[in-house]
Amino acid sequence: MIGVMNGKKSAKFHIFKNKNIRRNFWDSMLFLSPSLVVFTVFIFIPIAMAFYLSLMKWDLLTADRQFVGLKNYIYYLTNPFFYKVLLNTVYFAAAHIPLDLIITLGLALLLNQKLKGLSFYRTIYFIPVISSMVAVSAVWIWIYEPESGGLANYVLGLFGISPLGWLHDPHWAMPAIILVSVWKGLGYNIVIFLAGLQNIPDIYYEAARIDGANAWQQFRRVTLPLLSPITYFVILMGIINSFKVFTQIEVMTPEGGPLNSTTVLNLYLYQEAFHKYRFGRASALAFIMFAIILIITKIQRSVSHKNVHYE
Amino acid sequence: MLKETLFSSKVLTIITHLLLIVVGVTMIVPFLWMFSTSLKDVTELYEYPPKWIPSHLNWQNYIKAMELAPFGRFYLNSLLVTFCITLGQIITACLAAYVFARIEFPGRDILFVIYLSTMIIPVQVTIIPLFLIVKQLGWFDTYQGLIIPFIARAFPIIFLRQFFMTLPKDLEDAAKVDGCGHLRFLWKILLPTARPALSTIGLFTFLFHWRDYLWPLVITNTTEMRTLPVGLRYFVSEQGTQFHYMMAASIIVTIPIVLIYLFAQKQFIKGVTMTGLKG
Repeated sequence: MIGVMNGKKSAKFHIFKNKNIRRNFWDSMLFLSPSLVVFTVFIFIPIAMAFYLSLMKWDLLTADRQFVGLKNYIYYLTNPFFYKVLLNTVYFAAAHIPLDLIITLGLALLLNQKLKGLSFYRTIYFIPVISSMVAVSAVWIWIYEPESGGLANYVLGLFGISPLGWLHDPHWAMPAIILVSVWKGLGYNIVIFLAGLQNIPDIYYEAARIDGANAWQQFRRVTLPLLSPITYFVILMGIINSFKVFTQIEVMTPEGGPLNSTTVLNLYLYQEAFHKYRFGRASALAFIMFAIILIITKIQRSVSHKNVHYE
Repeated sequence: MLKETLFSSKVLTIITHLLLIVVGVTMIVPFLWMFSTSLKDVTELYEYPPKWIPSHLNWQNYIKAMELAPFGRFYLNSLLVTFCITLGQIITACLAAYVFARIEFPGRDILFVIYLSTMIIPVQVTIIPLFLIVKQLGWFDTYQGLIIPFIARAFPIIFLRQFFMTLPKDLEDAAKVDGCGHLRFLWKILLPTARPALSTIGLFTFLFHWRDYLWPLVITNTTEMRTLPVGLRYFVSEQGTQFHYMMAASIIVTIPIVLIYLFAQKQFIKGVTMTGLKG
């Protein structure tokens, strides 16, 4: 008697569950359909198309398409200009990231001393971050003006340094752009580092102090290890963003600077695709860029496994 | 001894403040220079040493800049495009995040990984086919072309999913007993509690697309369709050395967002630390 009742009950429950699963599935599909359609049409299909295009010779101007296999990839990988562009990009990253890291970590440490006026400083430092990159680039073009009137050369003059050509000088165009980029992004990483610093419990410092650690030892043995996940994040984002840097370079040096000294990967891609309309070839360049970013992320990840301390 | 350490800590505090102030001035000076230049007469531009306060305040530089390029129109375009993208992303994200957080069905986790994977694909990789597809749809140089490819993104979905997962499961069971369907449950119960998360992700999305540069540069053609960044960029390249107009235009573009930031900075800072992403 009891067994029969149990059987009935579970059968009924089973049907209910099945119906529920089916309903859940169709509701889910309905809910997911808007994002799924957008992703399919504007991300998945474009990726497949980009790969297909990268194997084709296709200029918008000539309009005839021709399968060329890996020729587009070989074209870039054997092209000295590609390596110049790659080197420019690496230059940007290699100068920008350490500079940014040292300044922002230093400032965050200063700000973290329960200082009066913390929020005031943070507000000020954050203003460049939220302003428009194009407007900021415009004012820096004017600051870098090499003729009289340029503020940068005036400031150099105060220190007795002779004027520079800045964006018009192949040696100084890239440093000039790096300077703007660091200036623009400072406040962002400061906020990130500050949040990280404030998350380190005071007990660790107290314990270190009881053990007789001085300020430097506390920084070296407590702050840096406990901050390493944040530092890792900042460096990784810094590298990825460096390989994607575009706006300030396109606005300040639309043609890629004197002697192509500021032509970075993304600008090169943009020129190949939308100035020269070499869609096939440029797609190959896009994939090479993607591969570079993926490799860097991979390397970073394996390095971080050794050096990042999670609490 | 105690006096000495007190003294040295005081000196340290002063040095710290001096350093912080120097950096602060460096952050602000370019904007002051922008503003100062925007009020100058063309004859004062190249004066040496640079003059910070123009002898005469040429407010008509702003009028002239507005005449040279339709900045009002650029503002409207940017507002419309960014608003629609933000609204679209929030709607699509609520629906998808709800599924990933609270409904179980076979294949859900694989699908979620596929969604996640879209985040690692830089827009540069897809921009050429995206351009071709949008052109094929007849959306070149239109609002649709500026908006529709971006009305769903993985980031808000993941962000909201994380939030929805923190809400107790009992909520759902109680609602189900009352015969509440998924959509009604999402609308009536989840969304009201998710308001802070929604405003954070909304602000983030808005800022991110407000400053978007590459796509509007590629997909617009006529002056009427340009968004603010692209409109200002063409203004900069067309004006060449007319720095007083250029700076007036830059002020027009910069001031509103800076003002909004100054009034709502808590949300901005919170948004940055919560989303951890850079525009």
